[in-house]
Amino acid sequence: MRKPKRIIIREEYCMGCRLCEVYCITQHSKSKDIIKAYRGEEPRPVSGIYFEEKGFVSFALQCRHCDDAPCLEACITGAMYRDESTGMVLHDRERCVGCWMCIMACPYGVVKPDFGERKVASKCDLCIEAEFPACVEHCPNEAIVLVDEEGERIYKEAV
Amino acid sequence: MTRSRYLIIGNSTAGVAAIEAIRQVDGKGAITVVSDEDVVNYSRPLISYYLGGRVSEERMAFRDRRFYERNGVTLILGRKAEELDVEGRKVVLSDGTSLHYGKLLIATGGRPIIPPMDGLQKVREGAFTFTRLSDAKGILGYIRENEVEEAVVLGAGLIGLKATEGLVERGVKVTIVELADRILANTLDREASAILERALGDWGCKVIKEDTISRVVSSRGKVREVVLRSGRSLSAPLLVIAVGVRPNLELVEDTPISYDRGITVDEHMRTSVEDVYAAGDVAQAKDFLSGWSSVIAVWPVAFRQGKVAGWNMAGREVRYEGLFPMNSVELAGIPTISFGTTTPPEADGYEILTRRDEESYRKIVLKENRLVGAIFLGRIERAGIFSGLIRDGIDVSSFKEELLSDDFGLLVLPAEYRKHMVTGEGMEV
Amino acid sequence: MAKAKYRPEFIVQRDDEKCIRCQVCVRMCSNDVHAYYPDTVISDSFKCVGCHFCEDLCPTGAIAIRRSEPHIKENYHWSGTDVYNIIKQADTGGVLLTGMGCDRPYKDYFGHIVLNASQVTNPSIDPLREPMELRTFIGGKPEVVIIGKSSEPELRTQIPPQLELETPIMFSAMSYGSISLNACKSLAKAACDFGTCWNTGEGGLHRDLSPYAHRAIVQVASGRFGVNKEYLDAGCAVEIKIGQGAKPGIGGHLPGEKVPEEVSRTRMIPEGTDALSPAPHHDIYSIEDLKQLIFALKEATRYEKPVGVKIAAVHNVAPIASGIVRAGADFVVIDGIRGGTGAAPTLIRNNVGIPIELAIAVVDSRLREEGIRNRASIIAAGGFRSSADVVKAIALGADAVYIGTAALIALGCHLCQRCYTGKCNWGIATQDPYLTKRLNPEIGARRAYNLLRAWSLEIKEMLGGMGINAIESLRGNREQLRGVGLNEVELELLGIKHAGEAW
Repeated sequence: MRKPKRIIIREEYCMGCRLCEVYCITQHSKSKDIIKAYRGEEPRPVSGIYFEEKGFVSFALQCRHCDDAPCLEACITGAMYRDESTGMVLHDRERCVGCWMCIMACPYGVVKPDFGERKVASKCDLCIEAEFPACVEHCPNEAIVLVDEEGERIYKEAV
Repeated sequence: MTRSRYLIIGNSTAGVAAIEAIRQVDGKGAITVVSDEDVVNYSRPLISYYLGGRVSEERMAFRDRRFYERNGVTLILGRKAEELDVEGRKVVLSDGTSLHYGKLLIATGGRPIIPPMDGLQKVREGAFTFTRLSDAKGILGYIRENEVEEAVVLGAGLIGLKATEGLVERGVKVTIVELADRILANTLDREASAILERALGDWGCKVIKEDTISRVVSSRGKVREVVLRSGRSLSAPLLVIAVGVRPNLELVEDTPISYDRGITVDEHMRTSVEDVYAAGDVAQAKDFLSGWSSVIAVWPVAFRQGKVAGWNMAGREVRYEGLFPMNSVELAGIPTISFGTTTPPEADGYEILTRRDEESYRKIVLKENRLVGAIFLGRIERAGIFSGLIRDGIDVSSFKEELLSDDFGLLVLPAEYRKHMVTGEGMEV
Repeated sequence: MAKAKYRPEFIVQRDDEKCIRCQVCVRMCSNDVHAYYPDTVISDSFKCVGCHFCEDLCPTGAIAIRRSEPHIKENYHWSGTDVYNIIKQADTGGVLLTGMGCDRPYKDYFGHIVLNASQVTNPSIDPLREPMELRTFIGGKPEVVIIGKSSEPELRTQIPPQLELETPIMFSAMSYGSISLNACKSLAKAACDFGTCWNTGEGGLHRDLSPYAHRAIVQVASGRFGVNKEYLDAGCAVEIKIGQGAKPGIGGHLPGEKVPEEVSRTRMIPEGTDALSPAPHHDIYSIEDLKQLIFALKEATRYEKPVGVKIAAVHNVAPIASGIVRAGADFVVIDGIRGGTGAAPTLIRNNVGIPIELAIAVVDSRLREEGIRNRASIIAAGGFRSSADVVKAIALGADAVYIGTAALIALGCHLCQRCYTGKCNWGIATQDPYLTKRLNPEIGARRAYNLLRAWSLEIKEMLGGMGINAIESLRGNREQLRGVGLNEVELELLGIKHAGEAW
């Protein structure tokens, strides 16, 4: 199995602006336009990020795309699946029935319930449509970075 | 006679997990899967969604036909494995064919328990159990044919309540009869059960507790009425019996394979006989919390056991670390997740934290500052973190106050553990 | 009387059609300018300091920070700033404080000096095709160089200790305390990566900076904070700080609030106490006293490292510099009136000292006249805005320059001049852990390095144009400079001809 690219969180550089969420939502909106996504689209997509903050420490966490992913084992519909070509853990919203088994199983707590159009689970897809994760691209302080299988940084310019 | 390197009896959760695991290690060895059902693949927990009309038949599969083709699996459907000869390393199917195996996985699951009830043997139609797709189809057909508007469900465990949900979604009024003093007695505590009972009531269901069916009244073979132990009788044009499941042990009963409540397996999911493995609802394996072995008949446990069995069958030595009961169920619009020991014996050194507000109920069970159980009702976001805390045996004393807070997350965890969590699997920096 | 209201210095304009209520501005402003009320974001312009952090982060470009002119009646003599400063002082009775360098409209001499280029009679050099040397050595140079007569060249003269720089640009003294550790790391790493030096300021050497100590000029100032044997041994040179261009004659004052545990440990003072650097060194009242300290430090560092002295450019800068050189300094740092600071009384910053251009010229001339120019290098500091300023400074006689403000701008600084508040939104001039993490030192180091690289490339271009292939050949080469719009006294002091005059 191929190992997926992964997003690494560096909490020491997270300034807590939450721009990652803004750009995640935009990327997963219908229009992909930030103003339209926020001011025109209902329901607004759920971001794939859990932002946490306590005192001056903060970070934005997304799906870790685990090698041995508990959510894959827990999914009763097959909606959660491993994409063989990229190694990513992806989620097929059409198949999902919103049973929340994945939410129960994920030790990182990064699968969210989406109560938008239909009740389904929702999580980070590493912006598979955009080739480069929006949160990584737009993090102003490089607190969220993308690395390849070897742990080497991948920069947007290189994609 | 056919031979396969790997023979898997049972085509549900554990069986499928085993196929995936075997193929991760051994890309070639022949795999044969035998199932007494006639469906390529379907997800058992989805039968209530099917009954309720939320999932179509095509969407019942959690792995499609291509999955078996891609993995080079020979599927034998609609035939039951009836005899196991461990000396001769073969399994005889209901049609008389024998299958030789190199490694055998018994993943035959469980079967519904049917408690003794007077008059039940006279019933030919209208009484169902609810564990297979055929059960759901049968109920659905029966409702349509007989214009059923009300039903009695015996048992307020997970299966009974999921059946109730499906029936309600089909417009059937359900009365639930439960022997215990509350619903979901195995997984929830009194408070959580009470909340769900109220919600079921609001949904139009009636729950009768501390009672059971003593007699079933039928006419012309069709179920009509049930009489409870208390003497009360209920109109029951449809009866669903859902008091629990027990492991399917017939295949091993006359073999040297040891079993207790289920087939006993070691940490590599091996039975007492060489090259025979067991996994899923039929297996009795290590219970993470007690350290003893027990049958934990829930999906994620079955999947994990199947996977571990598959790996070991194919030669990758992986230990099954043991799991604990865990469930996610939504009833009457209220999502509920529970883990481990939720109603510990009083005293015995358990510490219980609870929090109740308008829309949610949370309960944490600790022993010696380590999490052993939890209930999340209403708000289930991030519940999985608690499963990690149980599994990793994290000492929570430094953040005990935060466990029930609204913004509970990884940030409250000890810095080192958090760092490990945030960085993610295989990505220590 | 009616209490005068302060007028906002800036107006925060929010384009409501573009605002998506993401609240990034609300979360990020350390001055609490923005606030979210259900479905609207309002901004209090009074609190805005004009650092443009929110403007730069706003994902939709909905925010614009505009200058707000004080609407007092037009008056040539009394500006709005003057009036509101008086009102503020009448309210508080306090000294006006500010940060960064002098922003008053004193004559910009760099802006009145132009460079030469080769045409026909001497060829210009293309730095992309031919070697171009920016390597600079800081330290005393021998009077004569004796070379052995054997077949192999052999240097018989003992050369005093030198700093070897790949570019004549260094980062000036900014202490850990006045700027954040992440800012220090950024500059220190960039200096090491590029092959130049950074300066600890009077902040000691934080343990996280020790990997960069081999390119650190360690400062010994009047408070002697953080100075010990390890500190002196760790650095590549020692700098005695007498004065600073932003506040000549004034000591330093780091308030106790800015002395958290790490700063206290590094400065070797108790946590939460004010770090007071006296105006003078209490052991230096003469050149002779200074000489004692110079040699004490040379002794302590076994004569292995250059020891220099930093002074503010004041009226007597030339004779003072001469005294410093004669006292044995290996380099003299002259900090002009535009030199920056983390905190200084506004009126001192704006009114004390002389422009660096004049100071470089007079010091260089004086040392030459006295025949001691070789004994020490001249490092100029204070307001270098571009590579052109650097080239002009070197042609006027400097060996190298220190950049501080320019380096901080590379790290994000927008010159709001509120360093002294400790609320720097860019994470530079602050010790607040909410703010310091906003400066990722990886990014900071990359950007500071880029600045050094860009300026160095430009310097090579300019040198090539002049037909010069080594920065050594530009030093004090005032024939490459011409004044535009300068009077005779200025031209004479600068030692340059007016534009139009040939060689």
